[in-house]
Amino acid sequence: MTSLTSTPFEYRMSLRQRLALRGIDGVTLLVLPAVLFLLAIFIYPFIYGLILSFTPKEGGAFANYQKFFSDPFLYDTILTTLWLAVPVTIISIAIALPVAFRVRLMKHQRLLTTILVLPVTLGTVLVAEGLLNYLGPQGWFSRTLMLLGMVERPLKLTNNYWGVFSSLIITGFPFTFLLTLSYVSGIDPALEQAAATHGAKSWQRFRFVMLPLLIPGLAIAFCLSFVQAFAVFPSAILLGAPAGPTRVISIAAYQAAFEQYDYSMASAIAMIMAAVQLLIVVAVLAVRNLFYRGSTAGGKG
Amino acid sequence: MLLASSPFREIRLDHMSRAFGAHNALKNVSLSIRKGEFIALLGPSGCGKSTALNCIAGLLSTTGGGIFIDDKRIDTLKPEDRGFGMVFQNYALFPHMTVRQNIGFGLKMRKVAKAETDRRVEEALNLVRLQGQGHKLPGQLSGGQQQRVAIARAIVIEPPLVLMDEPLSNLDAKLRLEMRAEIRRIHNQLGATTIYVTHDQDEALSLADRVVVLRDGEIRQVGAPSDLYERPDHLDVAEFMGYRNRLSGKVIAKEGERTSVAVGNATLTGTARDNLKIGDVAVIAARADDVVAGTRSAQTVEAVVETIEYRGREFVGTARTAEGLELVFHAGQTAELGSSIWLSVDPARALAFAA
Repeated sequence: MTSLTSTPFEYRMSLRQRLALRGIDGVTLLVLPAVLFLLAIFIYPFIYGLILSFTPKEGGAFANYQKFFSDPFLYDTILTTLWLAVPVTIISIAIALPVAFRVRLMKHQRLLTTILVLPVTLGTVLVAEGLLNYLGPQGWFSRTLMLLGMVERPLKLTNNYWGVFSSLIITGFPFTFLLTLSYVSGIDPALEQAAATHGAKSWQRFRFVMLPLLIPGLAIAFCLSFVQAFAVFPSAILLGAPAGPTRVISIAAYQAAFEQYDYSMASAIAMIMAAVQLLIVVAVLAVRNLFYRGSTAGGKG
Repeated sequence: MLLASSPFREIRLDHMSRAFGAHNALKNVSLSIRKGEFIALLGPSGCGKSTALNCIAGLLSTTGGGIFIDDKRIDTLKPEDRGFGMVFQNYALFPHMTVRQNIGFGLKMRKVAKAETDRRVEEALNLVRLQGQGHKLPGQLSGGQQQRVAIARAIVIEPPLVLMDEPLSNLDAKLRLEMRAEIRRIHNQLGATTIYVTHDQDEALSLADRVVVLRDGEIRQVGAPSDLYERPDHLDVAEFMGYRNRLSGKVIAKEGERTSVAVGNATLTGTARDNLKIGDVAVIAARADDVVAGTRSAQTVEAVVETIEYRGREFVGTARTAEGLELVFHAGQTAELGSSIWLSVDPARALAFAA
């Protein structure tokens, strides 16, 4: 017997107490549905797809990956997709940031937020149809420009890169905006006032106070918006040139699966897609770690 | 040391007003502040003191009147162009900057050279007694230390005016006393012109050269702390200065400023602060310290003890008169709850106001 257990006040704790000390109690069971759900619709399909990608129709285990990275028609889709997703994400954030700075000061925030968020509810296909009408050769955008004499021929804004680009911005912006707004309004307004009274002009206040505090939030907004844009599929087909400049990686996967019926190859493409996204997200989060990530309050409550 | 570089004589608020819609938060506030003066804006919450400070800082625009440094009008300038220092209620330190960067922020914005900045930041760190803490982030400091950083950040730019918005209200009682002494020490050392907003009359009286009492957006009284404490001009100022006992009755005798008022069966005497004639209805106002339990006489009021607390050297209690008036009193010994006692009011310290 050690001296500790021989003290008269040392009672044996119940199992419940010992579990509670480790943070496990009845409430912990509430995560069970989520765990099951994740296992069923994410972990299992992912592992199934991963294994499928290594069992090609012909050739060794890595045949699909070798095929992908030796055929420019396939590996170029990575660049094509990045070329859409990265600018779309950056521009969305660049537009969302100033709007959020203004909206945060408004009294009737809710109305404006509702209007800005409306495009989310429309769905990609409706937006694509609308854009085909507005931006198409006979659409009002080109016709207005021609009427004003700014262009001679209708601008080609659909069935190419710009069609997909604008549709991604429209559908992605509300999401980016809401995230940005929550980060911007999370910063204690007294910090900006303190900066102003101590001599910082509006640009300096943004550069030295707001931006450094926003970077971690903006990095998260970037990751989420980027992943959304990277998976572009319907608008790339409806508004883009799916055979050429907007042949994104999801189209390649779709064609492998449903035109060539090569599910193994399609799985391999999906895995490559996931790897590229992961790479970018990890890189962005690594950069985020270089910045201050603590509280954005100016002091004690 | 610092602050020699701001040559001006006075800061003048000239009929400064601020309205929020139909509500006038500040009405024609006029005040001259001499260079080096420590001014406390004192008042209950909602009296407009913070509004006044924000207007002076430029964080709120005024809706009338002007603010001048000597003859230069500054209420039209943006806050960053006024060059004031400000200490916020929640400190508002930049959480991503070290203590040194926080303090040097104003100098950086003014593009002061690196060597000069380092020297002045070091000097400010010493002044607020935070030597060796310069590399820390605000989150690693205690509340009192954060407050010191906020003060250092405001004074390092050698502003003509330092504004403080209830800087001690987030600290616990002991630290509050300590920082109060610290603020006074720093002021004595630098002589920075300061406007200090507070709702705590102890803070205002102990720190300020002059106290400005605000109520409903108007200045009620301006004066040295002892003036306000001993000779408040109005009943509401008196109340704010701790004259918690108010007994009303008719004036029955006058002898110079000494005014006797019949309260119930008792005759209470105080110094008149208003023009009172015999027969007028008047209020005798007295602090708890000046209402003492004793033996029955023509100058005592009968009241029933409701609470009694031991305060070390003496007892402090509340008692209710037959008219239902609550009085706060001091007593040398304890009294039984529900028993009747006789309270006398010190005629040398009590004041008489028109009701």
